[in-house]
Amino acid sequence: MSEAAPRHAWLRRVAANRSVVVGLGILAVVVCAALVAERISTHNPRRLDPPNRLQSPSAEHYLGTDEFGRDVWSLVVHGSRVSLLVGLTTMLLTSLGGVVIGLGAGYYRRLDLLLMRVMDGLMAFPAILLAIALMAARGPGVWNVIFALSVVYTPRTAMLIRSTVLVIRETDYVQAARALGRRDLGIAFRHILPNCVGPLLVQGSFIFAYAILAEAILGFLGVGVPPSVPSWGNVIASGKNVIREAFWVSLFPGVALTLSGLSLNLLGDGLRDTLDPRLRVP
Amino acid sequence: MTPYLLRRVLALVPVLAVVVTVVFLLIHLIPGDPVGVMLGPDATPAQVQATRQALGLDRPLHEQLLKFYSRVLRGDLGQSYFLDRPVTTALLERAEPTLVLTLASLLVAIAIGVPSGIVAAAHRGSAWDRLLMLGALLGVCVPGFWLSLNFIYLFAVRLGWLPAAGYTSIFADPVAALRYMVLPAVSLGFSQSALIARISRSCMLEALQQDYVRTARAKGLSQGAVTWIHAFRNALVPVVTVIGITTAILIGGAVVTEIVFNIPGLGRLIISAVLRRDYPVVQGVILVTATAYVLINLAVDILYVFIDPRIRYE
Repeated sequence: MSEAAPRHAWLRRVAANRSVVVGLGILAVVVCAALVAERISTHNPRRLDPPNRLQSPSAEHYLGTDEFGRDVWSLVVHGSRVSLLVGLTTMLLTSLGGVVIGLGAGYYRRLDLLLMRVMDGLMAFPAILLAIALMAARGPGVWNVIFALSVVYTPRTAMLIRSTVLVIRETDYVQAARALGRRDLGIAFRHILPNCVGPLLVQGSFIFAYAILAEAILGFLGVGVPPSVPSWGNVIASGKNVIREAFWVSLFPGVALTLSGLSLNLLGDGLRDTLDPRLRVP
Repeated sequence: MTPYLLRRVLALVPVLAVVVTVVFLLIHLIPGDPVGVMLGPDATPAQVQATRQALGLDRPLHEQLLKFYSRVLRGDLGQSYFLDRPVTTALLERAEPTLVLTLASLLVAIAIGVPSGIVAAAHRGSAWDRLLMLGALLGVCVPGFWLSLNFIYLFAVRLGWLPAAGYTSIFADPVAALRYMVLPAVSLGFSQSALIARISRSCMLEALQQDYVRTARAKGLSQGAVTWIHAFRNALVPVVTVIGITTAILIGGAVVTEIVFNIPGLGRLIISAVLRRDYPVVQGVILVTATAYVLINLAVDILYVFIDPRIRYE
């Protein structure tokens, strides 16, 4: 065995996990759809075409049309862009915020007391209600959705990083590094952060999933991205009004939403089983 | 027990203080001039100035915060601009449907989740286990509000078994209330049952591996007696925790479900308040729900002691 092998052993373990493979496969389809949305959509998703409203699925409109005559297939394909943008950015921002807050709290006892009370307080709000309230203050828009969801989900990541840091900082090698005179920041980057990567990846995939779902809920409630922007939540909301005549309007964006959620949950479950076997559900 | 209880209640104080501060700061997150945003473009400068003074927004921030604390402590959540009544009155009027929906869906979630988890654990690796856990995975991934819409289409529009939307108070007409509540409670409860099922399964698996279970089996007790009497009681503590968490998630889920089924609860109250920029109502709803969440967690912590006598808080 070559020397580099153990370093990549975890990658091979992850790649051999069935949940990870299936999850990544579905996610890849959604990402591809978002990247080539212009190519694979058959109509302009924003174009209103009242004479063709509420058409059932056909060769012309694969997934039918909505109450304004917009093509549902094109709306779903373009909607994936908003979902992925919100999901991915929220994941990155919560990871960044979580690492900064978690490191600070895990490392400095005084800061810990203050930061953890704030995190407890933020986590006392039902997630979706806090997001709604933040949207009420900031107004509709993609970046406001990302801001609201990042505020809502950062405490979870911060708590996770903090608990990881509390364990790692007591280990012998960190004590040794400290005895050798390494600075806090050096220890944090060199010894502690690498140990947080596993939990962060697992948590990140779940937050990605939550954020996509929460974005859709906010859109559905009419307080997320503006109704003119094609997003899955907005399309499901417009389908609600015509559920009696045209079930397909809300059905297909919901399927896309479910598949995205499924892919990220599978990915998260698989990563947890391989990266942190202690948390494995038997 | 009493010192533990006292300490536990005291620990709530900082959490609630943060909650109130966050609710207070909400107004200050409004971009630009909050009063201008609230009153809309037609307001005269005099009206803007008067409202600003009435809300105390012309005072320094710390003074506003202190005033907000003292008001909240006295149970005064302000006045709704749009409903023309105190926020607390509006909240009380709308609390019943949300409470009924939350409790009904909690019952559904427990009724589905706990038995599924136990059956899956008792028959680990069997087809039942796989089927139930696949169902639980779907429950986690299928968005509750979308499931509600599909239920409406299937059971109300197609089959005509149940009303598509609406609400009747359980005190006014229990039978009609039940008919209205079935679809919302099942669709909200199903989504949440998944988490309960997963936790119940893993806790039962752990309990079933303990020595006392082997002893019980060795004594010749039936599978049912071993599962339910010996293992289940010991698996209950984490299950109760997750039921507590579920209740909090259900409060959030109820908001969305109310919009789908046109139920006049706190969810519809906050959404219409957001759309009308009626900020005191928005603040009131999230303050009340967060407080409810904190209190539910307290109740769960106290319940532990009764469920598991081994837990003794010194």
